[in-house]
This record gives sequence, structure tokens and C-alpha cells, in this order.
Amino acid sequence: MIIGLDVGGTHTDVVLVGENGLKRHAKIPTDTAALFETVLAGLEKITENINIGDISHAVLSTTLTTNAIVQNKLPPAGMIVSGGPGVNPEAFRTNQYYYITSGSIDHSGREIQPVDPDEIAAIAAKLKDQGIRNVGVVGKFSTRNTAHETRIAEIIAPHFDNVFPGHKISGHLNFPRRIHTTFLNASVYPLHKTFFEAVKTSLEHKGITIPIYVLKADGGTMAFAASIDFPGQTVLSGPSASVMGSLAFAPEKAETIVMDIGGTTTDMAVLIDRVPLLAPQGIELGRYKTLIRALHSYSIGLGGDSVIRLDGKEITIGPERNGPAMAYGGPTPTPTDALFVLGRVTGGDREKSAKGIQPIADALGLNLEQAAEAVFDRTCRQIMAAARHMIEEINRKPVYTIKELLKGHQVKPTNILVLGGPAGHFVERLADISGLPVATVPAWSVANAVGTALSRATCEVSLFADTQKGFIMAPEESFSQPVKVNFTSQEALQIGYQLLRQKAHKIGADMDSLEMDVLEELEFNMVRGFRMTGKNIRIKLQVKPGLIRNYKTITDKIAAGAAI
Amino acid sequence: MLEAAYKTGLVFFPAFDWAISDTHPEREERLLYTQDQVFEEGLFDIDGITEFKAELADVRDVRRVHFCVPDEERVMTESHFISAGGAITLAKALMEKRIERGFALVRPPGHHAMRMVHGNRGFCNVNNEAVMVEFLRQTYGIDRVAIIDTDCHHGDGTQDIYWHDPDTLFISMHQDGRTLYPGSGFTDELGGPNAAGTTLNIPLPPHTSEEGFLFVIREVVLPILEEFKPDLIINSAGQDNHFTDPITNMHFSAQGYADLTRILKPDLAVLEGGYSIEGALPYINLGIILAMAGIDYSHVREPGYDLEKLRQSPQITKIIEETGKTVLQNWRQREIIGRHMKGFNKFAERRRSIFYDTDGLHETQAETLRVCDECGGALKIASRCDSGFQAMAVHIPRKACKSCKELGFTWYESADARSYDFIFLQNRTDDTYVERKRR
Repeated sequence: MIIGLDVGGTHTDVVLVGENGLKRHAKIPTDTAALFETVLAGLEKITENINIGDISHAVLSTTLTTNAIVQNKLPPAGMIVSGGPGVNPEAFRTNQYYYITSGSIDHSGREIQPVDPDEIAAIAAKLKDQGIRNVGVVGKFSTRNTAHETRIAEIIAPHFDNVFPGHKISGHLNFPRRIHTTFLNASVYPLHKTFFEAVKTSLEHKGITIPIYVLKADGGTMAFAASIDFPGQTVLSGPSASVMGSLAFAPEKAETIVMDIGGTTTDMAVLIDRVPLLAPQGIELGRYKTLIRALHSYSIGLGGDSVIRLDGKEITIGPERNGPAMAYGGPTPTPTDALFVLGRVTGGDREKSAKGIQPIADALGLNLEQAAEAVFDRTCRQIMAAARHMIEEINRKPVYTIKELLKGHQVKPTNILVLGGPAGHFVERLADISGLPVATVPAWSVANAVGTALSRATCEVSLFADTQKGFIMAPEESFSQPVKVNFTSQEALQIGYQLLRQKAHKIGADMDSLEMDVLEELEFNMVRGFRMTGKNIRIKLQVKPGLIRNYKTITDKIAAGAAI
Repeated sequence: MLEAAYKTGLVFFPAFDWAISDTHPEREERLLYTQDQVFEEGLFDIDGITEFKAELADVRDVRRVHFCVPDEERVMTESHFISAGGAITLAKALMEKRIERGFALVRPPGHHAMRMVHGNRGFCNVNNEAVMVEFLRQTYGIDRVAIIDTDCHHGDGTQDIYWHDPDTLFISMHQDGRTLYPGSGFTDELGGPNAAGTTLNIPLPPHTSEEGFLFVIREVVLPILEEFKPDLIINSAGQDNHFTDPITNMHFSAQGYADLTRILKPDLAVLEGGYSIEGALPYINLGIILAMAGIDYSHVREPGYDLEKLRQSPQITKIIEETGKTVLQNWRQREIIGRHMKGFNKFAERRRSIFYDTDGLHETQAETLRVCDECGGALKIASRCDSGFQAMAVHIPRKACKSCKELGFTWYESADARSYDFIFLQNRTDDTYVERKRR
């Protein structure tokens, strides 16, 4: 059996799943100020009177790093940045402990200006004086030549707890994002490490000795031990938990929109044949744009508790939330109140809902039920409009080859899966508006925790080869080796698969069911002086997000006994 | 965080799967390192810079500008439709006020493509700028347009298309035609009699550097633009004036290109040539994008840049100043020049021989223009190419007067379908294009 634990803003959901489906589930309030206690309480509750030997592992999705970043509650990390020609790196300053140095590398990995060790030593001394203990080192084009970052890291390593070279954090090109990703990684490092070590130790004290995995923003997991150096990847794992929990219930060959309709927001994502779509770059959090791999998700300020506004005869919903629905003592009418008036939701004070909806009815010259119907209809229409907008945005993504432009995949949704508090009431109307089949996710109230439990480990490698200069490298893996001029992209792919397998093993993937695929494979003839002199090869491979090997027996059971 | 002072739109279409041939300068690799630089600098993340996906141009868009022989599909590849479509995408975004400026980084280039197209000349098949400009005129009612061509090669294709159009100011600055393909673009090429002076050429001596280019922009181009008062300024942004370009001989730089862009302030720029793909293009494109967006570009510096070594000789400065004077003088006297060209003639004729270097074709043209004081004039082109095709093409300009319009129809209808493989009528007054084939 597997434990899945998902820390949400108000509640933390924990499930225990296994061959018989959902064995147990629990919901406990989240205490943001005492996250450790919350997590521990959740794990204790779910393992009560269970034979620990029957539990294979636990997967945790926490808001630990996300909250710390958003609330700016992290010990300051230092940054040493070398830009060289181009945009002034001052524009990407992270904090006052941000130093720009000389030294530069060009797009082909050629050294333009060497590192000045004295300059680096002086910066290190300053950072040390300032009490900095974790430092990120990022150079422009360090993914094409890691030498400068490595050299700088070597020079300063003796003076700090940890040094994070940017090329190990991401193999993608984007210097500003690499700076911010490395900075966040260095910033959350101590917090993440302390937290999970504490969780592990406490569990061990209680006799619960199981491997712990953490969920990432791309809907994949990684072993806690492997996550220590890459805590940035655990940022914003929340939205991916629900998407992964819905995955099994999407048709096998389909383009599915997953909608998580909550109180404040509706979050959406897209599945193509049960594989979630990844965001083109990486997550954005506060003022930080990053290279942290994430599912493509789209969030709008519209949910059951959103404010209803009347603009002349036009109803609009959200994006604000003033509190709960009036039926539950809230201050302003909401879509949930409309559902109360229509008698589709019970358990609150319908009279209060009616009182809230009545002025809208009066203004529109409708009776109470008609007004509630209009509000509900408008809510559904706004959700569908946002979904269409999201799809357009995905399909508008620029492509760089004729083949992709003419024959590239265009997403055309074939069905919708909904989950979240009021989701069930939306099914029929969303189907009417969209003309698509709409269904709820079975056991949706714990889909997030189920998704957390069932997600498999994911990872990615980037390779770059220049056969004219005679090398192939994978910056994140600290891998580099010489190649001959006739080296081919087929050979590069073989190396790539090998590196990916090694990485997958390291992060705790199930090696017998590894689903690897090619994200990018580009090969260019390099011509100098009207003569072919070599090849430029770029390859990106991934273990794609998905569910663990035996998920189907588990999710089939969940679907069969859905009532939770 | 960086923020663009001007909302700038980019279409980036490097056509990573298209080449003229394996080792041709116009090959897959051309914009690869530019892409690396643009991605690594994170330009698309900057607030106010938006990347748009190129759309496909329609055959109708091409037919507003060109006569393709035998037809569009046979002289254009998909990449040409995307390249022209990319320019159109930005034109739309500009008109819909989603952007204030736009730069189409597309390939293949287009400024050597003339009105009549039998094949590829100077790496070009379809004129991206002209297709974009005529789209703007047709869809958004734009009237006066200035096209400033800063590619190192004379923009002879664009010049040909707008030779008789008094509403399009075409200025090309380029390496002296006596020293470089296509061997044209001298100061006495001023347009036809109905549009004298709205075509201007500024040939520059080899080894012209920043100083010379910026002098021409400030002292010649800007004053003319001020007088012409275009609704839009288009820049044919070739990047082959760079000191490292392998097929030209100039001494321009990335900083220089950025300065030029800042001073010229084009509404839309379209990439043309530029074949120093590693040492120049990544830096020039970065400089141009930053300059368009109004962001500091002072740190953009390519390897090997040495202002002193690149400085032009006093002799070059003197030649450029003289050329500038001649161009300004021609511009100021354009009415007299036009009257003189018209004389008492009812028609103006031009016989030309055109070669298509890339495709190895040779075409001869006999062009007849109705001399007209009211419009650009009805235009008839009889073309014979050694590909074997003979065509007769009639162009009725956008603002044609009644007489020119009637003459255009008469020409089209009376052309003998036994003498030509194709007879075309491009009627810009109602945006139609019709053809008759050999009987």
C-alpha cells in the first residue's frame, strides 16, 4: 500500500491506497504555522492500526517551499552571476547579496573572457562577512560550457555550507530564469532539508520506516534523498496533485480538460491520451520566473464563493471572493447561493441565499429561480470561456519548423473531467455549453491525495553535441566526453537514454516500467567557409509524468466504490 | 525586472527544416545561434515583448504583389508562405494595437523578389515586405508607406515592385553595386515617371562603418521621411553589413545596428540577409530587439569588436557625404525630374534583362506604363524566361484613375492568348487577380 499526502491551503488530505482501492482516507486542517505537525499528524492518522510492513512508500506534496518563497521567510542566499555581452544582468538581481563578475562564454560554449579568481575570492569574502551560507553561481551559457561555474564553485566552496552551480539546476537555455531557479533552490535548501529529515526521524521513532518521496510541479515524484539538492522542484506541486489524481479516469485516447472547481479559483490542465501537458518554460511564482518543470495549468478567479457582480443587465462572476456563500454566513451572494436557491445544494441557510439573489432578480426583472439560473449559467459560461482561452493559448505556441507549423499537433478537447466541491452540479450545464462529454472524477474529494500517491518518478536530461569542436555534454549530469566528427544523433540518443536511466534510478524510479520519450531532437549541419565541418545536435529526453505500474487495479476499485 | 518601453511583437521563424541546399548560406543553421542567444537572454520573458506564432500567407496575399509563373505553388515553398505570413501576423498585431512595434525574424528573405517571379533570385522568391504592405493597405486602409532597406545588397526586388508607386517611399542603402550583387542601386535610379523620387538609392563604399551608416540615417533618410510623412515605416533589416559577414565587405556592428534601429524607429522590421551566423547574427538580432523595445543595449558586444580597427577612412566619409548630397538633391527636385521623364509621352517603356542567380534563369521584360498625372499608371509587362514560359501581366494600381483602369482591362482582354502561356490581370482597385492560359 501507498500513502499519499497532499497539504492544501485549508485542508490536508491523506489516503492509503492499495490493491483494494482506497483503503483509508483522512482530512485534517492545515496549520500553516506548524506544517511539520500537520504532516506528521496526517501520517500518524493514516497508519493507525495498519501493519507498517504492508506500506511500500509514502509520497508527500507540501506547500512548505511554496509558502516560504511567497511569504519571503527564507534565509538570504547569495548569488554570483557572470553575464558577459548582452542584457545587463543587473536586471535580474535577486537581493542585496547579488554580485556580478567578469568572465564570459558565448552561445557555442567558447570562452570569451576568463574567470578572475581574485575577483571571486573578494566576493566570497564579502558574502561570508554578510553571513551568507548558501550561494548560487550562474553564468550565461553555462549549459554550453560548465567550466566557469565549476571553477567559481571550487574557489568559494570552502567558505560556505553549500554552493549551487546553475548548470546542475537546469539544462535549458534562459539565463534570467536559471538565475532565479538557482536562487530559489539555494534559498529553500536548508528549510527543505531540515523539514524532511525531521519528518523521517519522527516517523522512524514511531517505527514507521518507509521510503519517502516528494511530489514535484511536473506531476512526477522523486525520492526524498535525491530531492535534497533540488528542493526547488518541489515548489508548487499542489496543482499537479489533482491533475494526476484525475488522470486514470480520463479516456485512454482523448484530449481531456481537467477542471478543479474550488471555492476561490478554478484550475485547469490538459491531458493528451492520459499524459498531462507540460508548461513550455517553467513555473512562475511571485516575481520569480523559473525553469522548474511544471504541468501546464491555468487558473482563474472563479469558484463557488466568487462575488456576483451586476453591470447593468450583465452578470459577471469573480474574480474576488469576499468570504463563504451567504448560505454559510458570508457577506455577498455567490454561485453557491444560486445553487441553494435552485435546491441543488442543501445543508446551509437557503433563506439567506435567497436574500442575496433577490436584488439581482429585481434588477434583471426575473423571479428568484430565474435569476439563480442566470447566475449559474453565467458561471458555467465563464468557466468554458476560460477553458477555450487556455486551449487557444496552448495552440498559439510558436513553432520553429515548417513541419510543426503545417502538421503540428493542435489540441482539440474531446471531453471534460471535473472535480472540486461544487463540481457535480456543473456536469450537465458544462456539457450543454461545450457540446463535450463531461464527467466527475470518482472520489474527487481525495483525488489530490490519490494523485500524489499514484504518481511515478519523472526526470529529464538535456544533451548538446558539437562534433566540429568534438564534444557531447549533459550539463545537469556533469557529463561530457569527446566525440568524432562523424558522431550521429542516433549515438547521442543512446547516450541520452543511458544518462536518463541512471538519473531515473537515482531519483527512485521503478526501473522496470520506465516510460522514456524524446522531447526534442535537432541536428544541424555546421558549415564553415562553404564546407560541412560538423554537426550540432540538441537532444532532450524525459521520463514522462504518469502513474505507477499497477495503478489500474487501484483506480478501478476507486471508480467502482466511488462514494466518499 | 526588465520592461519594454514600447510593446514589441516578435515573430521568430527560423525554418529549421528548410534550406536552398546543404551548404548554401540560406540553410537550416542560419538562425540557430540567434535562437540560442534570444532564448538564453530570456527576451520572450520581458514584460512588453510578445512572441507570436507565424501564420501562413494566403495565395491571395501573394497575388496582390506578384505574378508567379507558372503559378504560386511552383515558385514558392511552404517556408515562403510562412515567412510572408509571419510579417502579416505582426502587421495585424500592430493595427489591432496589441503591439507598438514588430520585428519578423523570418527566413527565407524576400527583398530581391520582383513583381514578376519565375524563380529564386538572391535567395528570394516572394517579397515579404511588399506582401505585408499590400495586406495592410487592403485590410486596414493604410496609404503612405516608407520602406527603408538596410540590407547590404540593393533591394532591387522591392524597388521593382514600387518603382511606379508614388505612395511608397523606397530607400535602399547598400554596398556599392559595382562591388556586390545584384549590381544595381545607383543614385540615378529614382523610380518611373509617375513616381519619380519616391525610389532613392544610397550606395555606400566597401568598409563603411558605424559612422557612415548613422550619418546616412540621420542626415539623409530622416529628413526625407519627415517630408514624406508616411503612415508606417518598414525596415528591411538585412544584417549582412556586419564586419564578419562572409559575402560582403562592410564594417558595421551590433551596436551600430541597434543605434540605427533606435534612430529610425521603424514600426515594423523584417529580417533580410545576414550570413555571419555565429559571430554577428546573435548579437545584431539581440541589439535590434532591445532597441525596438526601448531597452538598454549598451552591453551588447560581439567578439572581435574594435571600434578603432573598424573606423572608416576620411576618404570613405567624403564619398558618403557626396552621395548623401546627391540623394537629397534628387529628392528635392523630384517634381522637375518627374516632369522631365514624362515629357510629352503617353507611354513610358522599359526593356530589361533579369537574372535569377539561385535558379540559373534568365528573363527579358518589356514594360509599358501609361504616363499619368492622376495615379501610378496602368502597367503592362511582357516577360519571356528561358525556363520556357512567356507571360503577359497587367497591373492596375490601387488608386488607378478611370483611364488607367479602362486601359488595363483593354490590355488584358486584347492580349493574344496564342502568343503567351499566361495572361494575368492584377487589379488592385478591387483586389482581384485573374488569368488566361495559352489557347
